Amino acid sequence: MKQWFNSGKPWIWLTAGSVSISLIAVLGLLILIGWRGLSFFWPAQIHEMDVRANDGSISTIIGEVYETETIPIERLRESGVALDDFNEPTLERWLIKVGNREYVPLDFSWVLQPQIVSDETPADLAVFERSKDGNFYGYVVDVLEDGVSVANQGNIRDVLQQRIERAVELNEQASDLQDSEIGAINYQLNQLRLERRALELAGNLTPAEEDRIAAAEEQLREDYQVLEEQLFALREKASRDQVQVRDMRGEIVTLPMYRMLAVHFPNDMGFFAKLGHFFVQIGKFVSDDPREANTEGGVFPAIFGTVFMVLLMSVIVTPFGVVAAIYLHEYAGKNTVTRLIRIAVINLAGVPSIVYGVFGLGFFVYMVGGSLDQIFYPEALPSPTFGTPGVMWAAITLAILTLPVVIVSTEEGLSRIPSTLREGSLALGATKAETLWRIIIPMASPAIMTGLILAVARAAGEVAPLMLVGVVKSAPMLPVDGNFPYFHLDRKFMHLGFHIYDVGFQSPNVEAARPLVYATSFLLVTIIVGLNLTAIGVRNHLREKYRSLEH
Amino acid sequence: MAATKPALGASNYRLFKDRAARWGVSFGGVMVLVALLLIFFYLLYVIEPIFRGVEINHERSFASPASGEIVAMGVEEQSEIGYQFSADGELVFFALKAKKGTDWEPGKPLLRQQVTESTPTAFAQTQPQNNRYAYAVEGGAVRLVEPKFSSQFRDGELFITPKVGEVNAGELIQVDNEGKNLTKLAYEYDGESMLFAAQTADDRVIVNSIQASRNFLSGAVEMDSRFTELPITGAISELTVTPDLRQVLIRQNNRFWVYDVSRTGVVKERQLITVDARKFGEITSMQLLAGASSILFGHANGKVTQWFEVSGDDGRRYQFIRDFQAAETAITDIVAEYYRRTFYTISASGELGVFHTTSEAELYRGQPHDFAAERVVIDPRANTLMLLNDQGLHVFDLVNEHPEVTWSGLWQEVWYEGYPEPDYVWQSTSGSDDFEPKFSLVPISFGTIKAAAYAMLFAVPIGLAAAVYTAYFMSPGVRKVVKPTVEIMEALPTVILGFLAGLWLAPIVEHYLPGIIAVILLVPLAIVLFAFLTSHLPKSIRNSFTDGRAALILLPLVAFVGWFSFQMSPLIENWLFDGNVRRYLTNELGITFDQRNALVVGIAMGFAVIPTIFSIAEDAVFSVPKHLSNGSLALGATTWQTLTKVVLLTASPGIFSAVMMGLGRAVGETMIVLMATGNTPIMDWNIFEGMRTLSANIAVEMPESEVGSSHYRILFLAAFVLFVFTFAFNTVAELVRQRLREKYSSM
Repeated sequence: MKQWFNSGKPWIWLTAGSVSISLIAVLGLLILIGWRGLSFFWPAQIHEMDVRANDGSISTIIGEVYETETIPIERLRESGVALDDFNEPTLERWLIKVGNREYVPLDFSWVLQPQIVSDETPADLAVFERSKDGNFYGYVVDVLEDGVSVANQGNIRDVLQQRIERAVELNEQASDLQDSEIGAINYQLNQLRLERRALELAGNLTPAEEDRIAAAEEQLREDYQVLEEQLFALREKASRDQVQVRDMRGEIVTLPMYRMLAVHFPNDMGFFAKLGHFFVQIGKFVSDDPREANTEGGVFPAIFGTVFMVLLMSVIVTPFGVVAAIYLHEYAGKNTVTRLIRIAVINLAGVPSIVYGVFGLGFFVYMVGGSLDQIFYPEALPSPTFGTPGVMWAAITLAILTLPVVIVSTEEGLSRIPSTLREGSLALGATKAETLWRIIIPMASPAIMTGLILAVARAAGEVAPLMLVGVVKSAPMLPVDGNFPYFHLDRKFMHLGFHIYDVGFQSPNVEAARPLVYATSFLLVTIIVGLNLTAIGVRNHLREKYRSLEH
Repeated sequence: MAATKPALGASNYRLFKDRAARWGVSFGGVMVLVALLLIFFYLLYVIEPIFRGVEINHERSFASPASGEIVAMGVEEQSEIGYQFSADGELVFFALKAKKGTDWEPGKPLLRQQVTESTPTAFAQTQPQNNRYAYAVEGGAVRLVEPKFSSQFRDGELFITPKVGEVNAGELIQVDNEGKNLTKLAYEYDGESMLFAAQTADDRVIVNSIQASRNFLSGAVEMDSRFTELPITGAISELTVTPDLRQVLIRQNNRFWVYDVSRTGVVKERQLITVDARKFGEITSMQLLAGASSILFGHANGKVTQWFEVSGDDGRRYQFIRDFQAAETAITDIVAEYYRRTFYTISASGELGVFHTTSEAELYRGQPHDFAAERVVIDPRANTLMLLNDQGLHVFDLVNEHPEVTWSGLWQEVWYEGYPEPDYVWQSTSGSDDFEPKFSLVPISFGTIKAAAYAMLFAVPIGLAAAVYTAYFMSPGVRKVVKPTVEIMEALPTVILGFLAGLWLAPIVEHYLPGIIAVILLVPLAIVLFAFLTSHLPKSIRNSFTDGRAALILLPLVAFVGWFSFQMSPLIENWLFDGNVRRYLTNELGITFDQRNALVVGIAMGFAVIPTIFSIAEDAVFSVPKHLSNGSLALGATTWQTLTKVVLLTASPGIFSAVMMGLGRAVGETMIVLMATGNTPIMDWNIFEGMRTLSANIAVEMPESEVGSSHYRILFLAAFVLFVFTFAFNTVAELVRQRLREKYSSM
């Protein structure tokens, strides 16, 4: 035994064990996020349970099982829970999502397994997704049109489905109208106001100009009236239908149809129906706007904001990173300046991201942005245009943050290009610039690509600096829209990473929002791990290519 | 790669392009350095003003507009109009500077009004932010007056006109029930309630608390006066009342009484202090500080002492806190600023002093522009200082942006108002104006170190051991898969790690605490046991358990032991801790338990740091030249001996640099600590309590701090501290690594 210890074998096994722990941590984390994130979209069984309360009374609960946990019974005894004939040391506790937020005090309730008297999953239980107040669980009783029943027991599901689709369609038209045309009018009105102010500041506000602007405003207001009437008409049409549902208290509740987004009967679905529903839900998640203070609905604006910011950042970081890498590898001599630049690169990579946020806020937003406002947007002052956090500053800040990633990767690519190629080109009479442009950079382009992908992955996952330089929890307008000049770099934006932080930690109903956070995390992890794997793939491919060139 | 001269067909244009490219690329390369320097110097540029002293610049002088003795002065918020109260009851408003569109010139009286009908017997003023003044007139009555300013915009310019505001509809208020003249007066108000304290001509000390109540039916305000005579004999030196109307403070030479006034006006003695004249010096003046929690005494020896209430065994008692050497001669007057804890002193020799209590900063001492001061006053925004002496009035521009910050205040214990003892506290904002900001970077720096320490405790053993195994023992095929898998974790957004730590791991740690501890103990035990068992297997089977694949073989074992520990957790809890670990910790061991604690942060941030350490250390171990280890093995050393005596020693600088890089990352990490701790700035190594780190503090407070304020600049300082921390770690690590690389290349 002692000899065995002296041989060092146990230590070797322990080091092996730490590799196992690391692997389990990585894989476990990915599996956890994947499982939790995806199971959110899978239609859960709806349970109807009779539960005996502490005082012996029995009540019915309808909802989906949200979470289960095992707890020592001692902990419950202290809090005065009556469990007479239950003598195990531990028991299971279920968290049930009961929805129906406007009718029950809490849309979640804990149920102790021994207190459940009966547990069924009736096929007729419906789940309504609503644009307000979250899900509703219950039995569909009737569908009303202007207060008159239009369904019988045989066709009720089809009628309900049609009516919901109609309401959704009308609501979509209304919101399209509001976002595009009415939004455009508001934007133009604001532009006119700024134009007038600009003329006023320059002292050029002649009566003729004033009349022109006033006439344009008048025209816009008239257009607005017309659109508003259309909007009201659509809303009026949408509120025609109602649905009657029996909820878990046994009462029949009449719900307006225009609040409904979808209905499904999960207990009555086969595997393929569920699979279909699963993909539909994923589709909605990535394409819908968030609802209910981000705790429901989709994450489309966050995806859009992330992608837009990252693209903007790529445009900025690529040239700078590549030029710096070319300098370090092709031009720089072995001197102190080069050494300093290398230390600067390492440090730029190591400085905490929040420091970039602080720098971005102080330097770009307040100093540069404030000056830009003074020079170019005096008519909008005192409300800032660029002197406030926005997507452009976020992109520039992250460009500095990811600069080292591009530099390191590009330099590695450059160092893999055999020097014979350079010498060959120079020997044939090309200048150094021509060699670089025609020979080296094309060959290094996959390496540049790798660096860019890694930079994008880093930027997509970074949150701390963005919190200071432009991310918001809910941006009413995307940074790209149909109004000239189409790209609004001064606007604030939403971001997947910040969305996770915000919904997970700042939201009023963390419990309800948690699956959404897992789903968003899954989306973000998929994007980032995907990007990283692509980068690793490109890099490995590159190595193989140059290995063959060297021989 | 010197510039080459292209031989054939080289046109000037091509040469120009070549040269331009060289310059452009060099410029781009140097820009990286510039970016880093820009960050460094920009941070410094923002931080620098907080360490500046006070600047007092003379603007203009003019003759004092009011005649006779001046009892009080003031400046309105825009610093355009000043006013003086004279001892014979006159209020004079005057212009402080010439103004376009008016006939103003410095010192020109704008409004002159006699406030009292007869010569007043005493005068009092409230705390500066309440801005009311009281004249006592014959017969123990008091006339209240408030200087008011109305402003209007004309042609985009702000014009201010002064007026005399009446209080109590201009009616006199009877303070002394016996109708005696008042010789000393103190006055404060809060809404419609008032508190007067006074000494009468027959040397009685009286307190009159006047409560206003609004009649529900008629809406008329009814005054309910409550009159008390205090058992103090002899002439008193000074008295004052606090703006919350709850205390009357009376000084008779070096004796100092504190009387409590209840909400209904009942007066009770709270404390009598005899200020030791030999220790502190004779008291020559007294003033409440902004916020009215502290009292300042000026002494004959030029010292100013600060006293405030501290909770003790016998309730809250005033107590000596700190002193300032404000002058060499007696302090004749102390002026408090409106909102900050800055105060201005005047000595008998006309010397002006500017100090801040919290930061214990001496901001200024001397005679500004060689004017001896008799009386000074500060405007509400603390931008203007008006100084009165026998030559007239002198207006100074006052630059005193950040008096509350000093280097010692940031890093040393400070005795804050209301605290039982000096302490390190970070509390930057509060809802009230009277708040004393507490900017000690120590608790949040401590939090940073604590979070990083627990993370490193977790990450260093696992990361280094994994790196050693992967680089030295693992078979190449497995290594090719394992290395990128672990490194992928570095790319995982920390917001996801933080979210999982806060919402998934923290409840698990809370519920399965015995399980977590069991995992830490059982997993290594199980591994060693498993290794021992395999060493006793027959050789044919043992060969398949080679060192190269041990990590994969152990995967199911580690997973199983982990699962088993958690399954056992409730049983262990029942068996050892009466079924409730949290209660056991709190009641039996006296350890506070927060759900989001250092253990959670340690694990989560540990996982964020492991890939950094793993990746660099693995490279270092792997690049140790093979002939070194082969030589060692050939001489008969075992693999383990070769590893510890040859490979690790050779790679140790690289391993050091890995740990430094990991530390740098742990120190600067924001999202994990932000989400996985309670963000409370406490100083305690307890693993079951949270912390607040520099980075999380910036993330939380930066968006709501006012640009250019002390708070804003201190947050920049926090960022700068982080920058310097990580700069040091990274630079050392990089230099060590470069040296290592050179060493290997020569081997």
